[in-house]
Amino acid sequence: MPSVPDVTKIDVRYIADLARIKLTDEEAARYGAQLNAVLAYVAQLRELEVAAIEPMAHATPLLNVMRDDQAGAVLPRDKVLANAPVTADERYIRVPPVIAEDEG
Amino acid sequence: MRTPLDLTLREAAQALEDRHLSARELCQACLDRCANVDWKVKAFLHLDRTAVIEEAQAADRRRAAGNPLTPFDGVPLAIKDNISVAGQPCTCASRILKGYTAPYDATVVRRLRQAGFIPFGRTNMDEFAMGSSTENSSSGPTANPWNAECVPGGSSGGSAAAVAAREVPAALGSDTGGSIRQPASFCGVVGLKPTYGLVSRYGLVAFASSLDQIGPITRTVEDAAILLDLICGHDPLDSTSLPGHHGGFAAGLSAAHARGLRLGVPREYFEVEGLTPEVRQAVTGAAQALQDLGAELVDVSLPHLNYAVATYYIIATAEASANLARFDGIRYGFRDPDAANLLETYRFSRANGFGDEVKRRIILGTYVLSSGYYDAYYLRAQKVRSLIRQDFTRAFEQCDLILSPSAPTPAFRRGAITDPLAMYLADVYTISVNLAGICGLSVPCGFDATALPIGLQFLGPALGEAKLLQTAHLYEQHSGCARKLPKL
Repeated sequence: MPSVPDVTKIDVRYIADLARIKLTDEEAARYGAQLNAVLAYVAQLRELEVAAIEPMAHATPLLNVMRDDQAGAVLPRDKVLANAPVTADERYIRVPPVIAEDEG
Repeated sequence: MRTPLDLTLREAAQALEDRHLSARELCQACLDRCANVDWKVKAFLHLDRTAVIEEAQAADRRRAAGNPLTPFDGVPLAIKDNISVAGQPCTCASRILKGYTAPYDATVVRRLRQAGFIPFGRTNMDEFAMGSSTENSSSGPTANPWNAECVPGGSSGGSAAAVAAREVPAALGSDTGGSIRQPASFCGVVGLKPTYGLVSRYGLVAFASSLDQIGPITRTVEDAAILLDLICGHDPLDSTSLPGHHGGFAAGLSAAHARGLRLGVPREYFEVEGLTPEVRQAVTGAAQALQDLGAELVDVSLPHLNYAVATYYIIATAEASANLARFDGIRYGFRDPDAANLLETYRFSRANGFGDEVKRRIILGTYVLSSGYYDAYYLRAQKVRSLIRQDFTRAFEQCDLILSPSAPTPAFRRGAITDPLAMYLADVYTISVNLAGICGLSVPCGFDATALPIGLQFLGPALGEAKLLQTAHLYEQHSGCARKLPKL
C-alpha cells in the first residue's frame, strides 16, 4: 500500500489560494468540513489493487489529432472586446496593476 | 383535442408540411405556453420572443416559396445555458458570466439552424452543470412540472422541465455524470447521453472535458433519434470528435425488434442502498415487459459500480479546476470592482462570481492535482476508471444492452438534500457511463404513488446508439408512459 496523505488535513485556505479564490472564514470552515467528508468517502478507492492497471485519461483512443498549420477565421476584435468588463482605446482589455504603485 | 403544444418533432414537421400549422403559430403557441406556466416552472433564464417570431416568419416564407431547409424548418428547440448560441446570453447560470453574450454558435447549434430549428430560449441549470437538482443556479431553482415542490433533477433541469411542461417540443442538454438522463427521469421525458466523441463539444462551456457530451431531451425516443441524426458527426473544431460517418438513427427505428436481444441486468445495480421499492418495481416490471416482447434477460456483473461516484468526483473536479481557471474577471463576465490589483481581481472576482458548489469543486480538483496528492487521488482514480470501463467491456460480451434505473429515487423535494456528498450519490446509476465513454438513455417507465415519473435507463456500448434507440423505442411503444402529461 503506498503512503496516503491524511485526508483530515486538507488545508482549504491554502488550496483556495492556489485556485485564486478568496474565502471568508465561514466558507473556509464549511467547505473544509464538507470536503473532508468527500475525501473520507473517496478514500474507498484505496481498497482496490491498481498497481498493474493503466490509467485512463480519456474515453476515446484518439491521439495527437493535428490540423493543417494554416490560419483560419478568428473572432473580430469588436466581438471579443464586447464581452470584456473594461476596455481601452477600442483595442485593449484594461486590467488592474500587476504590482501596486506604492511598491514601485 | 391535440394542440400545437402536444406535437412531437415528427408530428410538428408533418403538420408544417401539410400546412395544418405555420411555424409562426407553433412558435407563438410555445411562447404563450411559457407566458402561462413559466412563472411557475422557471425553466427559462432568457427568451427573446421577438427573435423567435422573426425566425418563425422567415421559416414560413421559405416553406411558402417551396424551399424549407428541412421538414423541421421553423420548429423551436430550447438550449441549455452552457451551449453557445450566437448573440444570446450564455451564463451557465453563474454570476461570473452575467452579461456575457456568445459570439458564435456551438457546432450543434449551427447544425440545427441549418436544419431550420429555431433556438428558443436559454434553459436553467446547476451552475456550470455542477449539481443534480438545478438548485445550484444563481437565478434560483426550476420546479418539477409534475410537482412544483420537487426538483426537476439536474444539471439540465431547465431543459427537462421545459419539455415536460410542453413549453417547447424538445431541448438540448449536456451530460457529464447524468445531467441529461437524471432530469429526464425526474421529469418523465426522454434523455440521451451519446457515446463520448459522437457529438461535437465545440461551443459547450467545458466542465470536465473527458466526460462532457451534448444530447437531446425530448418527449419520444424517435425525437431523440431525429436530433441525434442532426447533431452527431465529426467536427474538426473538436479534437475529441470521432471520425467516420454516423447517423441513420431515426430511419433505423423501424427495424426495432426484441427477439434475440440480450438485455443485461447488473445485479449490483439492484443492491444499491437508497434504491426505493417503487423504482425497483418499475424497472423490474420494464425488464419483464421486454422479456415478454422476446428479449432474453442476462445476469451480468459490474463489480466496480460502488467506486464510480468516488472516481468521478476526483476526475471531474480535477478537470473542472483546470477548465474554470479561465473565469478570472479579465476577458469576460464579472470583474469585482473592489480589487486593487491583478491578484485581487482574480481572487475577488472568483469569490463573488462562483457559487458554493463550484468553489467546492474547484478546491477539491485543485487539491487532488496538487503536488503530493496527485498519485494518491488523481492517478488512482484514472486507474479505477480503467477498471470501470473494463466492467462494461466484459458485460457487453454477454449482452447487447444493459438495463438499470436512471436514478435510485423519483424527484426529491427542493431543499431535501443539502449535504454535497448525499447529492453526489443521486448519480450512482448514470456516472459510470460517462467514465466509460459509452451511451445511455432514460425513458419513462412508470410513476410512484405520488404520480412522480420513474425513469428506465438503457446502456449501450460505445457507438451502440442504433440498438439503444431501437430498443428504447420498442419499450416506449409498449409502455405508453410517455402519453401521460403533468397537470400544470
